Amino acid sequence: MLDRPSSFLFLFLSLTSFVCLSLSGLSNAQEASVSTLSVLTPPPAPVTGVVAYDTADDAGGSISLKWNLSPDDAKGAVNLMEYRVLRAESPDGPFKVVKSVPKGTAGADDTKDVKSGIPYYYVVAAAGVSSETRSETVGPIVSSAQILNLGRLNTLILTVIFIGMLLFFIVKARRGKDLFIRRISGLDALDEAVGRATEMGRPILYVPGLSTLADVATIASINILSGVARKVAEYETRLIMPNFDPVVMTVAQEVVREGYMAAGKPDAYREQDVFYVTSDQFAYVAAVDGIMVRDRPATNLYMGMFYAESLILAETGAMTGAIQIAGTDAVAQLPFFIAACDYTLIGEELYAASAYLSRAPLLLGSLKSQDWMKIIVACCIVIGIVALFFGQPFFRDIFDTPLLFFR
Amino acid sequence: MRRRLPLVLCFVAGVAMLAQYFVPSLESLYENALIWGRVIGSFAMLLGMLSLWRVHQSKIQRKTANWPYSVITLVALVFMIAAGILTKGKYLVPAAGAKGLTHVLSKIFDFDAIFMNIQIPIQATMFSLLAFYIASAAFRAFKARTFEATLLLVAAAIVMLGRVPIGAYIPNIPLGFLHLDINVQTLTAWILEVPNTAAKRGIMIGVGLGMVSTCLKIVLGIERTYLGGGD
Repeated sequence: MLDRPSSFLFLFLSLTSFVCLSLSGLSNAQEASVSTLSVLTPPPAPVTGVVAYDTADDAGGSISLKWNLSPDDAKGAVNLMEYRVLRAESPDGPFKVVKSVPKGTAGADDTKDVKSGIPYYYVVAAAGVSSETRSETVGPIVSSAQILNLGRLNTLILTVIFIGMLLFFIVKARRGKDLFIRRISGLDALDEAVGRATEMGRPILYVPGLSTLADVATIASINILSGVARKVAEYETRLIMPNFDPVVMTVAQEVVREGYMAAGKPDAYREQDVFYVTSDQFAYVAAVDGIMVRDRPATNLYMGMFYAESLILAETGAMTGAIQIAGTDAVAQLPFFIAACDYTLIGEELYAASAYLSRAPLLLGSLKSQDWMKIIVACCIVIGIVALFFGQPFFRDIFDTPLLFFR
Repeated sequence: MRRRLPLVLCFVAGVAMLAQYFVPSLESLYENALIWGRVIGSFAMLLGMLSLWRVHQSKIQRKTANWPYSVITLVALVFMIAAGILTKGKYLVPAAGAKGLTHVLSKIFDFDAIFMNIQIPIQATMFSLLAFYIASAAFRAFKARTFEATLLLVAAAIVMLGRVPIGAYIPNIPLGFLHLDINVQTLTAWILEVPNTAAKRGIMIGVGLGMVSTCLKIVLGIERTYLGGGD
């Protein structure tokens, strides 16, 4: 039982607090509840098991931390607001906050002005409304740059294998070995298509796709253009090539000019036939459709990357009665081209086109390496399926998980 | 030299990009290459506009068929360039009480309004053609002339029925001996998840290998057609 003076003091302090709160105009219920909480809620329990280490597979300048969540990190808990990562260059401090993460997060990466080679010490604080509880200090940890990104080691090994096979088959082709390549009807039809346009006295329309030269499909399209340009020059047929990208236009102009020069007809080349239209998707489609309807090309060639406009192009061409050959690696657009075009180069047939048309031994050798790589991939898939069927995930894990035993 | 220098540049750049993927310290090379690409693309846009101008100017001068469309193209090009420069691509709000030329210009060269009220509806119009073209392409392509065409027709019919609300009203087909109830939705899901996905993955594996092969051929100088004139 409190004595009378203590009771009076307690009552006095309580009344004073009540009056002060009322007079301070705390109409905001949240502020009132927060300030009440700050008085009533205990500080949060600290995190445990803090581990800090140099971030893997980076160029330095980053240190990663992991910890076990505070016991107060539960749904509905009000005494824990966030976690704060504090850093110092000596175990005695001064520690400064370098990162804050919301509650429920059990890790963070410190990338704020971390210098490689300097040892750092860390503390993780569980922060409440007005107080925080710090963990034990961990350290020293030094950030450093890794020479190799071990997370991509699988890719590196497969790339080295692929390059090795590519060089092997190129050397084999150079020695005069005859390499079989199956018929690709879309490419065989190119000659027929160019001949048809020449006989009808109508031009050929070449659409290189709606992407930039950064897209490999566009590069493959330019490779095909080279062969088409030479044929077109030999037959003195007009080639119309509207371009979506100005960089592609400049390369295409050079390729077509070289094609005419190789055919011995440099004067027949018309630069205005290889032109830029627009870099807007449907504006480009409208322009190409207009060319098809007005100029009535006898042959339409769609080679490259296409998107939603593929069927608009192909159907308009079909309505004008042109023979159409399409080639794209866009899996979503292949069905439209298959339905609307006479011939379609599916996926990698687009990339095989330059080797198929030129029959150059070096290029044919590269096709062989692709085929053998596909066989290796297929075998890996079968082995993985069989292994998983018998409850052994090790083979899948080789490809799924980075090779952690190198760390 | 004319052909050797681009090959050397291509080799060095290709090896650098390959190296930056595996060596963390070289990752800034990729970011710098992207910036260079944007700068080159901006200059190439000037070349593109020049090409566009020359093509249409030639058509206007020679009064070829449909030359008025070329006039509209060039006027629209100049107008939008002017609107973009004047408004910096933003909605130009005239100062309160502004009169005269500034007010008139802000109304005429309203870049944002032109884009939203002219370009967007035109794009939507072109996109809407797709619905009609899908119908016409389906009508032409889905004919049971060969086994593959018949298979395509049957699969397309099942998937189309499975994707529309009326498909839910088609009664189930009980297969008691297999302890299964087949309905159109189940068949649609199976067609899309099993054979369709398998085919797509097979094509994508081939495409991926083809991409790597093409890139290696270009980097190593085996493929030179992009230089023009082949070997």
